[in-house]
Amino acid sequence: MLLEAHKATPSETLTRVPYWVFQTAETYRKEQECIFQGPCWHYLALEVELPEPGDFRTTRIGDTPVVVTRDDDGEIYAFENRCAHRGALICLDNHGKGKKDFSCVYHAWTYDRQGNLRGVAFKDGIKGKGGMPETFRMEDHAPRKLRIAILHGLIFGSFSEEVPPIEEYLGEEISGRIERVLGGRKPVVLGRVTQALPNNWKLYMENVKDSYHASILHLFFTTFELNRLSLKGGIIVDDSGGHHVSYSAIDTVAQKDAEYAKQQLRSESQYKLADPSLLQGFDEYHDGVTLQILSVFPTFVLQQIQNAIAVRQIVPRAIDKTDLNWTYLGFADDTPEQRLVRIKQNNLVGPAGYISMEDGCVGGFVQRGIAGASDQEAVLEMGGSQAQSSESRVTEASVRGFWKAYRSNMGL
Amino acid sequence: MIDSVYQMIARAQAEYARCIDDDRLEEWPDHFHGSCIYRITTAANHREGLEGAIIFANSKGMLKDRVSALREANIYERQSYRHILGQPSILQESGSEVRSETSFLVARIVQDGDTDIFATGRYLDLYRIEDGKARLNERTVVCDSSRIDTLMALPL
Repeated sequence: MLLEAHKATPSETLTRVPYWVFQTAETYRKEQECIFQGPCWHYLALEVELPEPGDFRTTRIGDTPVVVTRDDDGEIYAFENRCAHRGALICLDNHGKGKKDFSCVYHAWTYDRQGNLRGVAFKDGIKGKGGMPETFRMEDHAPRKLRIAILHGLIFGSFSEEVPPIEEYLGEEISGRIERVLGGRKPVVLGRVTQALPNNWKLYMENVKDSYHASILHLFFTTFELNRLSLKGGIIVDDSGGHHVSYSAIDTVAQKDAEYAKQQLRSESQYKLADPSLLQGFDEYHDGVTLQILSVFPTFVLQQIQNAIAVRQIVPRAIDKTDLNWTYLGFADDTPEQRLVRIKQNNLVGPAGYISMEDGCVGGFVQRGIAGASDQEAVLEMGGSQAQSSESRVTEASVRGFWKAYRSNMGL
Repeated sequence: MIDSVYQMIARAQAEYARCIDDDRLEEWPDHFHGSCIYRITTAANHREGLEGAIIFANSKGMLKDRVSALREANIYERQSYRHILGQPSILQESGSEVRSETSFLVARIVQDGDTDIFATGRYLDLYRIEDGKARLNERTVVCDSSRIDTLMALPL
């Protein structure tokens, strides 16, 4: 059930989440103002997707359509995809190249690549008749421009003048973990797909940050006995709570023990992969970390699952509808063999991913489950009540962290 | 009576679709030769020449693993497909190899009874004919839309 508003005040503890936050139009509207147009950084595109001046892509920050461009000075710009005249979309294509300017189809108001109004059709009228009044000045009219921050090839944008610089926003630990995956490397887009989720956007962000569910909901690794190795790992939650990293590393000592045990138990194993080459990857980061899921508040995810690298952008479409935009990545210096490994390991993720397809439906299970329970609350007590970094992944600390940042932005 | 190439392809297509729609997924890999490629991608990726895929398999073993994962590991609500296939266009014949393109429409029926158009697109196929029977060397499933609803469990 979707509601206009709900009056119940949430419990003060981070261990409770009122279900109405996933259901009310009032909350959705307030998020647009306080989060999507508020003091947050939002992922827009990859720098390599706009290599040359005149390249552009369109995307959205929450409900708001945005154009991202590269101009002749080599810089990235972004502005609202809304004509300053009567509000029509300025740019209708998803992406393109060699664009000199952007002309609204409705009345041909024309903007440069930085979003400045440069032309108004029939501005001076025809034969001295009609036209704009003399007081009309083009520089007074433009779609809203975004602040831009680029970090290791990731383009972030913000409507807010108050948002701190991206390094400060993320903190050193989170920035360092982005650098670990992308620093000094030239990514190559291998493919894109959108997964349409039947749930509120926050249910997906909770899921991304929830290290507790991984081995319970996703049975692919355990069923095929691919997860027998004891994995060392942990959770990093930044001070704001909003950004997190969950990682795991193969513990080489435990690996030997487990390998030994595996020998003894081999006959008991019921299911084996017919083609185990799916998981035969290469050592890319030389730190033993085989899985790193990183999120940036509110709606960005950077994923390393073995050699499957992807960025995920989460875009709300309605109270109970969310687009999850996957961009699968390789790197320019991949060998053909490494490229094939990535393409094979992409079977683990995306809409048909062995370990992520469930994430596409579980948010819908919650959205449907809570339909008659707006005044009830979810329980987040695993690992305590705080939102701190932890060596254990059996914790909901980073989910609580999300709500800490969310409450702070929303003034709840 | 010996089937023409067109008939062999049409027969193979019909059997492939029935196999999935009848939930006989265990037989699905048998529509491919041992060394094969199966991929599902989007029209936008295909147009841009991007090699990343929603599903990618380059062995019959990987197809079998897809089925056993769906049967034993993955969690998704009960659902079935109904494939409606267009007539195959035979694009090229050389020796025993035949390239063809066939449009499809797949409706998904979920457990609460809703039927929706889940995907439309085309199969870009490379068949190899052996012993009067066409099997796939390669199937690229190009979905027209880049948006997949909820999840893609069953193969197309």
